Amino acid sequence: MHISRQSPEQSVTEPIIRMQNVNKWYGQFHVLRDINLDVAAGERIVICGPSGSGKSTLIRCINALESHQQGSIIVDGTQLTDNLKKVEQVRKNVGMVFQHFNLFPHLTVLENLTLGPVWVLKQSQAEAQARAMQTLERVRIPDQANKFPGQLSGGQQQRVAIARSLCMNPKVLLFDEPTSALDPEMVKEVLDVMVNLASESGVTMLCVTHEMGFARKVADRVVFMDQGSIVEQNTPDAFFDHPQHERTRHFLDQILH
Amino acid sequence: MNTPSPDTGLIAAQPAPAGKVGLIGWVRMRLFASPLNILMTVLIVWLLMMGLPPLLEWALLKANFTASNAQECRAGPGGACWAFIREKYRLILFGTYPYDEQWRPLLATLILLAVIVCSAIRRFWNLWLVAIWVVGLACVACLMWGGLAGLTYVENTRWGGLPLTLILSTFGIAFAFPIGVILALGRRSNMPVIKALSVVYIEIIRGVPLISLLFMSSVMLPLFLPEGMSIDKLLRAQIAIIMFAAAYVAETVRGGLQAIDRGQIEGAQSIGLTYWQTMRKIVLPQALRIVIPPLVSIFIALFKDTSLVVVIGIYDLTLSAKASLSDPLWRGFSIEAYLFISLIYFVFCFAMSRYSKQLESRLDTGYAH
Repeated sequence: MHISRQSPEQSVTEPIIRMQNVNKWYGQFHVLRDINLDVAAGERIVICGPSGSGKSTLIRCINALESHQQGSIIVDGTQLTDNLKKVEQVRKNVGMVFQHFNLFPHLTVLENLTLGPVWVLKQSQAEAQARAMQTLERVRIPDQANKFPGQLSGGQQQRVAIARSLCMNPKVLLFDEPTSALDPEMVKEVLDVMVNLASESGVTMLCVTHEMGFARKVADRVVFMDQGSIVEQNTPDAFFDHPQHERTRHFLDQILH
Repeated sequence: MNTPSPDTGLIAAQPAPAGKVGLIGWVRMRLFASPLNILMTVLIVWLLMMGLPPLLEWALLKANFTASNAQECRAGPGGACWAFIREKYRLILFGTYPYDEQWRPLLATLILLAVIVCSAIRRFWNLWLVAIWVVGLACVACLMWGGLAGLTYVENTRWGGLPLTLILSTFGIAFAFPIGVILALGRRSNMPVIKALSVVYIEIIRGVPLISLLFMSSVMLPLFLPEGMSIDKLLRAQIAIIMFAAAYVAETVRGGLQAIDRGQIEGAQSIGLTYWQTMRKIVLPQALRIVIPPLVSIFIALFKDTSLVVVIGIYDLTLSAKASLSDPLWRGFSIEAYLFISLIYFVFCFAMSRYSKQLESRLDTGYAH
């Protein structure tokens, strides 16, 4: 096993995620085209775009849930290859929140939260449980610790899922449309947790979402994708108020009515 | 009557509909709900009336429990001859094991059953269980083989009856289950060689009857072994049973694995679990819960299929029942003998079935699968 770590002298400006000329195909279908994206540590990025534009695939490449066929992805100094050790190394530092929560239904909320810390980070049960309870306080559902996920509402489940990834102490958090599968009245409770997370912690966030209010409030940068390419990226204000490209304007018209 | 009251806007409370509660309601709903239902009820009552009285008469009223020989039984009014079972139960239960030493297989059977019951209790699902099994099996081996602590040595060719059936099926299940799980994972593996090996194994074993596997293990295998080397006949039969059941377990477990959403694996990967951790902690617990009913069917079938070892002359419960019929003084009571062993098989299979049902509801955490 050989993990290439970044050298200390360049660490200040070195991005935590660097994607260079990344290409990916599903069979004949070209999902990602020449993606170049640098993300600085602590940066919050919102990725948006029409469905099928490759935005989910892009963030799923960052923790190697999808493999890319061309180009290079370096996450926190580790280059993603087929090497499973490196993939596991990256996943330790990169948390992910899914559209459909993907909680483990046969385990209680507390067990969901302690599984990774105990088995991957080798914490003791007691330590992991104490931290899990703190994290549940943070997402404001400490009283649900001993329930099973199936007994919670969608919004509560997604907050548990956020807590599950936070328990791993990640440097990067990926959100794959975290509010799309929720009933409308539950969207806010999840977004509130995410906003708090952004303001209270220094974690790097990449969020695929269509919640433009959230993007304006939290994002340092909005990335717009279409047909597998990054079309435009800018600060939220500039992005929403002065979109540069015709496709961006068209997309914004569609979602902002 | 159903109009809401003008004051409260609520419908007034009403008595339960007549003819839908109580004994009459139950009978009407369950037995006489539709013409077809009525027909079936009448048909079943008629069949019971035709069949039950003669059966009771044969099995109980006219049966002979006390006869000391076959002539007395035959001279009776034509009922069952349970005296035969009284005379032969030790031969049926313990086969050709030396008569005076039969307390040993009895004790071994009880210990084995105790170990199995402990394994079924969730409180013991920890390292204790390993200790219980090691000690239990050591005791069973000592008792069955003997040769130490003043017990005479008994070759395993003389073992027979219920203990043998229990040993074959216990080890059959205990080994077929993990092997089957590994084969199922192998068949879904991304690694082509492992996948191919698993598929070939499963398909070949599933395509061959158990009887032919037993024959091959007993007749063909010794031909291929180098001279002077031999594997015990009982062990060979045991291996054949394990190999056979493992293929079925594998396919059943694979069905369960396919039912697990891909998101579960991604969720596990996203917190950094390795492949084996993901399987052990996330996928298998869910997949196995789903396949408890078919899995238990396989185990029940395995328990009964151990009786096929008769074809290679191992005295399990079935063959020792047959042996009990060959006594010239007690000819012609095969119905009694086979009913007796059927009852034994049924008790064990029914216990497995009930346990699986209980296990299923206990592992239910309220998610839809």
